[in-house]
Amino acid sequence: MANRRPNPRVEAHIGFVVNGEPTEVSFAPHKTLLEVLREDLDLTGTKHGCELGECGTCTVLLDGQPVLSCLVLGIACEGRRIRTVEGMREGPHLHPLQDAFAELGAAQCGYCTPGLLLTAEALLDENSSPSRDEIKNALSGNLCRCTGYIKIYEAVELAAARMRGEDARPTAETIYGRR
Amino acid sequence: MGGGDRRQGGPTRVIGTPQRKVDAAAKVTGETLFSDDLVLPRMLYARILRSTQPHARIAHIDASAAEAIEGVKAVLTGEALPTAFGILPVSQDEHTLAVHKVRFIGDPVAAVAAVTEEIATEAIDAIQVEYEPLEPITSAEEATEKPDPRIHDYGPAGNFHKLIDLEFGDVDQGFGEAGLVREDFFFYEGSTHLPMEQHAAVASWSPDEKLTLWSSTQTPHYVHRALAKVLGLLAAHIRVVACPNGGGFGGKSDPFSHEIVVAKLAMMTGRPVKITLTREEVFYCHRGRHPTLMWVKTGVARDGSIKGMHFRTLLDGGAYGSYGVASTYYTGALQTVTYHVERYKFQGARVFTNKAPCGPKRGHGTPQPRFALEIHIDKIAEDLGIDPAELRLKHLVPAESLTANYLSVGSMGLGECIRRVTDGARWKERFRKLPLGRGVGLACSSYITGAGLAIYWNDMPHSGVQLKCDRGGGVTVFCGSTDIGQGSDSVLAYVVAEILGIEPLDLRIVTADTDLTPVDLGSYSSRVTLMTGNAAIQAAERARTILAQHAAKALEVPVDRLVFADRRVFDAEDPDNGMSFAEAVVRAEAAHGTVGTVGSYTPPNSAGRYRGAGVGPSPAYSYSAAVAEAEVDPATGIVRIPKIWIAHDVGRCINPVNVMGQVEGSVYMGLGEAVMEEMAYRSNRSVVHKMPSLLEYKSPTTLEMCDVVTYLVEDPDPAGPFGAKEVGQGPLLPIPPAIANAVYDAVGVRVDEVPLTPEKVLKALKRKAAGQEPRVGPTKFPEIPWPEPIRVPPPWEGGDGRAVSATPVTASVPEERQH
Amino acid sequence: MLRLPPFLYLQPKTLRDALRMKQDAGPNGMYVAGGTDLYPNMKRRHQEPKTVISLAEIHALRRVTGGTKGSALSVGAGVTLTELKRHRKIRDRYPVISRTAELISTPILQNMGTLGGNLCLDTRCNYYNQSYEWRKAIHFCMKKDGDICWVAPSSPRCWAICSSDLAPVAVAIGAELTLAGPDAERVLPSQRFFHDDGITYLTKHPDEILTDVRLPAANAWDAVYWKLRRRDAFDFPVLGVAAYVHWDGSRVADARIVLGAVASYPFEIAEAAEAVVGTELEDDAIRAAADAAFKPSKPMDNADFGLAWRKHMTREYVKGALEELRKRR
Repeated sequence: MANRRPNPRVEAHIGFVVNGEPTEVSFAPHKTLLEVLREDLDLTGTKHGCELGECGTCTVLLDGQPVLSCLVLGIACEGRRIRTVEGMREGPHLHPLQDAFAELGAAQCGYCTPGLLLTAEALLDENSSPSRDEIKNALSGNLCRCTGYIKIYEAVELAAARMRGEDARPTAETIYGRR
Repeated sequence: MGGGDRRQGGPTRVIGTPQRKVDAAAKVTGETLFSDDLVLPRMLYARILRSTQPHARIAHIDASAAEAIEGVKAVLTGEALPTAFGILPVSQDEHTLAVHKVRFIGDPVAAVAAVTEEIATEAIDAIQVEYEPLEPITSAEEATEKPDPRIHDYGPAGNFHKLIDLEFGDVDQGFGEAGLVREDFFFYEGSTHLPMEQHAAVASWSPDEKLTLWSSTQTPHYVHRALAKVLGLLAAHIRVVACPNGGGFGGKSDPFSHEIVVAKLAMMTGRPVKITLTREEVFYCHRGRHPTLMWVKTGVARDGSIKGMHFRTLLDGGAYGSYGVASTYYTGALQTVTYHVERYKFQGARVFTNKAPCGPKRGHGTPQPRFALEIHIDKIAEDLGIDPAELRLKHLVPAESLTANYLSVGSMGLGECIRRVTDGARWKERFRKLPLGRGVGLACSSYITGAGLAIYWNDMPHSGVQLKCDRGGGVTVFCGSTDIGQGSDSVLAYVVAEILGIEPLDLRIVTADTDLTPVDLGSYSSRVTLMTGNAAIQAAERARTILAQHAAKALEVPVDRLVFADRRVFDAEDPDNGMSFAEAVVRAEAAHGTVGTVGSYTPPNSAGRYRGAGVGPSPAYSYSAAVAEAEVDPATGIVRIPKIWIAHDVGRCINPVNVMGQVEGSVYMGLGEAVMEEMAYRSNRSVVHKMPSLLEYKSPTTLEMCDVVTYLVEDPDPAGPFGAKEVGQGPLLPIPPAIANAVYDAVGVRVDEVPLTPEKVLKALKRKAAGQEPRVGPTKFPEIPWPEPIRVPPPWEGGDGRAVSATPVTASVPEERQH
Repeated sequence: MLRLPPFLYLQPKTLRDALRMKQDAGPNGMYVAGGTDLYPNMKRRHQEPKTVISLAEIHALRRVTGGTKGSALSVGAGVTLTELKRHRKIRDRYPVISRTAELISTPILQNMGTLGGNLCLDTRCNYYNQSYEWRKAIHFCMKKDGDICWVAPSSPRCWAICSSDLAPVAVAIGAELTLAGPDAERVLPSQRFFHDDGITYLTKHPDEILTDVRLPAANAWDAVYWKLRRRDAFDFPVLGVAAYVHWDGSRVADARIVLGAVASYPFEIAEAAEAVVGTELEDDAIRAAADAAFKPSKPMDNADFGLAWRKHMTREYVKGALEELRKRR
């Protein structure tokens, strides 16, 4: 029993780049990146739904790739680049994905939203005009219970178009339904 | 009651136009603070030890080893909190931690507060519990047969929790008049809400002995009452703050053990205490869809008009009462509000079993009977040789009418809904005409827009709003309502902005805090938009009246010529003659004093005056129709749903883009229940939940979700704010039966239960190939000791809403409260 | 929230260091690659290593070499599933590998999980992949903390199932696996890597590291993998069918049909292969193979879906896989 207790005196100390800023942090060495972000860096924008890799809620970008922060050790992130939802905004401006999610109500309860935004961002980094099927595939590891995903697809498509420089607006059917 | 002409359609600036939610920016940036995001200085972490026995007496608990662990600050067991609680006054059957007895695997037994979550976990492992096992009751059928061992010592008999028998006219006479009488059995499996956020709560006990609880709850007011009762504190010394819920769907509507546990542990230690449930524990909190066995017998004339309908339900309630009494009534309440039913009899039973307690999940008690009814109607239409869409259209309940069970229908857009989806899906060209393996199915439904009665009897409003105007032109709205993602905070902003001529994002919305906000009963029963909306209209109109009075004086125009728009107050006939909204506030404050108003809403009285009439009445009913398209592989039974067309009569859209989101989300949840979600237990292994995880409880991913074509039908209801009705729950209801009907159209087999798994479809196909009845589903309904029926003649038989049975009716108010 | 228990984490840069660290750690040490299998298991206390040795920083495990001019392609065990599905050479010459990688869990998890990790995936069972508290409620099972197999209570063995998608494929195509041990390196044909026991499901010594997977030269053979599961993301297979044929013109010169998720190891059904060898995969031949596979396929009640249907689906999936091969010929 007693050997399961973490020894608070044994701390890992790492340096990594979080949302573009070099960051140093100390923590108990068995903590996951999820716990380090939320508890040691106060970045509570990263949420969690199972801590077993079964929902995608805790997704962050590790060196640009979406990973499940509940299954990555903090200590394994030495020297690496982490991006969380807190890092998406560009200065005072919402990222086009954030803006489109807000515009279309793609964030209902907002709990799966940070993970979905980051997965979508990684998709758009690789593919600036994904098809609906490519979006579905890319987002298939992020569960959402509120939206039925439809507004999320539409928001990703809207943001993608705007990021390509198009003056895109949501369709009437997206907002008002089919007439 | 406020509102007046605001209840009806009319030109608007904000209402009916797409708007961002007031919390949208916070949610997309991760700034929204959910309960688990809260951290207080010196905060302790709690864990709860849960029963590993489905049904047992607790012989002994030894927590000494836990107490001895360094870092453990408090250990709590049941006897410290002997007062029972529960959401309904008639079912106060839960304890914070088990007292003498456990009733399901996952029942809370003991709790620990420690300096870290790891130490708290180690400590609960160190608590020794000695159980004396009792025989578990594993299914509803078993509960009807085995009065012993009793899971609870209340209820009509044995392991029955509730028995209902209501009769609105003589159904046998109806069957006698019918040209066709049909009987069917159905089963609807249990499912759970599965909000992505695991329940969490933080409690703080101040040096002046006041308690604050932050929690992911949909019902802070009811949690407030439960805390006062169990902890023996003055309600005035308790503050409950509902944090934004990371999804609720009904799963966070009960007061929960863990909320009381952290409160008590904070009182014991003098330190803040947080608990975050694991996903597995969320499955044990449950309160989800009741597994329901159903039998329905309907007599129809050759034209399909329903002469009589007899409906029976048996609900597997799990280990506690929860909302179960209301759930049971709901399985019989809304059968009458879609198609005219001349005579109606409902018998419902709820039993206790040793499983996680069931309660209200999206659609509360109505998706099960709606599944049965809509398939039953499909079969009747086929028996009569009538197109099922035409049959439904011919017998719609008229608008502004009273049903057999005394529900007052206001606006009724179901006909339009059916026309839209059948046109969209090219129903006439495709129904019964697609090649083998492809099919379309239609189903309809209706849902309440808020319950007519509160959970506990009281004469007070169901929703209250306070509104404060600031000299700078800012407006703050205070309301007890809780945003669970449905956008209720935003509704307050849209409504007030519309009336005061300002922009929604100009407002500050303060909600869900029992210290700061007037009571709203909670985010359940699709009540919030209608009730808080009407309360907000009243408060805003009162503020407008005050501002207008002084602005009119300054502008030297009659009050009734003033327009509030574009952050200005001006003369409709001379728009340049005006002032800013802020200036109007300043003038009013100077002349009148601080500008603050209140508004409140109380639903109208129900027409039914019989015992049980409390469940079903609502200020307004929403309507939905859906056509599902199914692809069924006859070799494997695998069902794919590529597309669903759904039309929803929402009365009026407050914000259409959010209405769309609610419809699409409801379709999603209905799809999951229809084809894969299942609360399954291993009855042979300690009645353990088969798969309490996000991996094995099958929630559809993007790859299972179908395309959705949505039609918003706006038939304004006089009871709704600007004519609005509900949208959060109703659109789920037609999905499972539409899918079942589509599967039948595709391959000619009936699966009369959910989930419609490939195994069941294949089994039915094999039966068909073998020349047997091409059907999978229940074939019998157990004997139930039904009570003497309460007989209420329907309105068209001269009834006045009161019972005429031999049993004297003593109470003038219905005894059963609905949620 | 579910947390990991404390453990010592080591991150060697070389194979030699990793092997030495494992020897030092003894039976309480475990290797970890992507962590997507081990860490959930540790959180639920199925596996309780005191020392975890990460293979993530060993670059030698991430190489893809060979594959030129009809030679075998050697893929490092540390190559991620995402890399497997995107690697040009693998996609072009071994589409069955990239396609199978794409079917594993979710795209996010594929960024973490590795080829070696999937091959070494712990066997799974509905009575085992549960929390400590849940398992306590059923008095545990023999795979961890208990002494009975709840799937077959009278059986002396554990019936947890092989839930790897790449394992049946590796066996079907005849991939060879290189294991580095403290003293020597050895190469095993895939089928000898797996063992029909839910607990001892690998023949790999715990100290050995799976370093490379050698895919046979891409020439006249073809293979497909069909995966059955409830959802097209997240879910482990409840049935996997890997079908391999070596073409001699339009005839099948050699074949292997291997089932996943119906036994504790990739289950090769020789009779099914025999039924198609020498044929042109005519309908009759495919039907005979499907029947031959159906008979011995005995799923247990320890995964999603019912047994009878999963067994039924063996026939359908073998048929489907062979028809796909015929179409691709």
